[in-house]
Amino acid sequence: MSEESEESVPLLALQQESMASALFNTDQNDNSERRRHDNSERRRNDNPGSETNGQPQNNIQQVVDQDEEEDEELTLKYGAKHVIMLFVPVTLCMVVVVATIKSVSFYTRKDGQLIYTPFTEETDTIGQRALNSILNAAIMISVIIVMTILLVVLYKYRCYKVIHGWLIISSLLLLFFFSFIYLGEVFKTYNVAMDYITVALIIWNFGVVGMICIHWKGPLRLQQAYLIMISALMALVFIKYLPEWTAWLILAVISVYDLVAVLCPKGPLRMLVETAQERNETLFPALIYSSTMVWLVNMAEEDPEGQRKASKNSTYDKQAPANQSQNEDAEADDGGFSQEWQQQRDNRIGPIESTPESRAAVQALPSNSQTSEDPEERVKLGLGDFIFYSVLVGKASATASGDWNTTLACFVAILIHWGFNLEQKDERSPGTVVAKVYDAVISVDGY
Amino acid sequence: MTLAVFFGCTFIAFGPAFSLFLFTIARDPLRIIILIAGSVWGWGPWATSGHRAFFWLVSLLLSSLIWFIAVKASDPHDEPLQKGLLIFGVMFSVLLQEAFRFLYYKLLRKAIEGLVALSEDGCSPISIQQMAYVAGVGFGLMSGAFSMINLLADALGPGTVGIHGDSQLYFLTSAFMTMVLIFLHTFWGILFFHGCENRRWWEIVAVVVMHLAVSGSTFCNPLYVGSLVPSYVLMAIAAVWAYMLSGGSVQNLRRFLLCAQSEASPQPAS
Repeated sequence: MSEESEESVPLLALQQESMASALFNTDQNDNSERRRHDNSERRRNDNPGSETNGQPQNNIQQVVDQDEEEDEELTLKYGAKHVIMLFVPVTLCMVVVVATIKSVSFYTRKDGQLIYTPFTEETDTIGQRALNSILNAAIMISVIIVMTILLVVLYKYRCYKVIHGWLIISSLLLLFFFSFIYLGEVFKTYNVAMDYITVALIIWNFGVVGMICIHWKGPLRLQQAYLIMISALMALVFIKYLPEWTAWLILAVISVYDLVAVLCPKGPLRMLVETAQERNETLFPALIYSSTMVWLVNMAEEDPEGQRKASKNSTYDKQAPANQSQNEDAEADDGGFSQEWQQQRDNRIGPIESTPESRAAVQALPSNSQTSEDPEERVKLGLGDFIFYSVLVGKASATASGDWNTTLACFVAILIHWGFNLEQKDERSPGTVVAKVYDAVISVDGY
Repeated sequence: MTLAVFFGCTFIAFGPAFSLFLFTIARDPLRIIILIAGSVWGWGPWATSGHRAFFWLVSLLLSSLIWFIAVKASDPHDEPLQKGLLIFGVMFSVLLQEAFRFLYYKLLRKAIEGLVALSEDGCSPISIQQMAYVAGVGFGLMSGAFSMINLLADALGPGTVGIHGDSQLYFLTSAFMTMVLIFLHTFWGILFFHGCENRRWWEIVAVVVMHLAVSGSTFCNPLYVGSLVPSYVLMAIAAVWAYMLSGGSVQNLRRFLLCAQSEASPQPAS
């Protein structure tokens, strides 16, 4: 595998991931807001944690003000468990990245740079190096911005096929090509003799199962594992091909851009999320890490088997808007079932009329604990966060002359930052910016 | 060396702390958060290097910055001066750690008020004593990790300890020292918070003095009996003290040890 092709190949995936990373920072935050919204709505309807899709939304006017005060408290109350649920995948991703960096020397070897960062950092003077890294970062960030805007435009004009194709190509690349390289380098490090046939078999199976799990359906744990693995692979690519100062600068600027893109009314990410909400859709499931698979509620008892199968077969990502619209003051109270879902259900088990009366009847039944996961237990996370924080920790461990303290410090700082992030009522409050600054400070101080 | 030493030192240093963590902290997400936040807030520098990063890192950062500046501003070849600077650095860091422990106490007090406000029955799901314990464990784990991790990483590789005439027991004694420090931090957390809660300043002073004593005793190394023995003695004292403050007593202890024979008596609240 020639070095040049390695450089040019990450193009597509990088475009995808770097854009997605910025994008899904927002998604995560928006999900937190949505979660809070859900929580307060639930409290309002006196149904903590249970389905509310049957009840007529008649007590909406009540205690709206109280809910806004409760908002802040509820965040903290439900936050602890969610924070812990986030710690585990983040930790795992970082552990994989750090373990690889420390053992496989390929990822710390300088083998050129990406075409996004054309300016070298091997310069004679510090000033020149600083200038080059600023230019590199500027180019990278503008690429990310352009990609984000492109994605927003595509989404707005409903070019779903293009987006899906883009996603599929990039996950193909990650799952097959990058993992092939990774496997090869691991074998080289541990001096394991291997033949191409076995490798082909391994990579083929790994990749195909990964595609199925990520883009379609699969066991939850397997899907989570795959998402963690591709985040780690992506982070490793960034660590290898981004020179040091450029990497730190990019991380810093991405944080700022994140802020801007989400807060500004015309920010691309904000527009994207709003459009998605208007249409009651979720954003690309392939790049969101979900901590549980949430099943839709059983509606009637007529055909329990069929019902359960139908609800299980609805892809989990439809749950988010369904959940949200359950609690919203929907103009058409269709119980939160989107048209697509209804058609799907009708195809499987025959038409079942889900009327407000039937839903209310089911609502009155004691809750069937075997079917639904508590929606509040679910936490969704954009993979962009995984990737960039793994890059942070990985870079720190790669460059700090083998010092583990720096790695550990970075790791703890990131955990704190996320814990903080989730606890904040407004994710973009100064507290999280401060936390991000701390991240950068540690890493720099670790040298 | 290699794996045997690595695992041995890891388990000596972190075994008790991890079992504490597993049995008392791991099940409650709130406690885990307090633990990590505490580890972030405190800790001091390792005696040999100024390049430590971060937060409990924050106290660590500040104290190592000061030491680093002092070192850079002085003559690197003047041995007594460097040693003097090191001692100064350590003492300063101890004081900073305790200051951050106090700040963390203030933070947790505010957190308790918040938890009380949002709980349904008007009392916090976690008491200040529990928080003191968890914060202490957090401090201790972080300080232990920073002390030991580089050592453990080196222990994995080839080499002979003390081949150039230094003590052969370096790794082992470091592990024991780390263990005792973790315990000490836990007990100091309890003592400190109790002193802050009940306005008993002498308890706080005692914690600071003990900390200074333990850190100072490490300058006796490689005469390890000079540093380990006093530290363990101090740990025993602190343990008994913390136990008494947490509501323990000889009766409780006897009842616990003879639990098979005792009547059903309420366990002391944790």
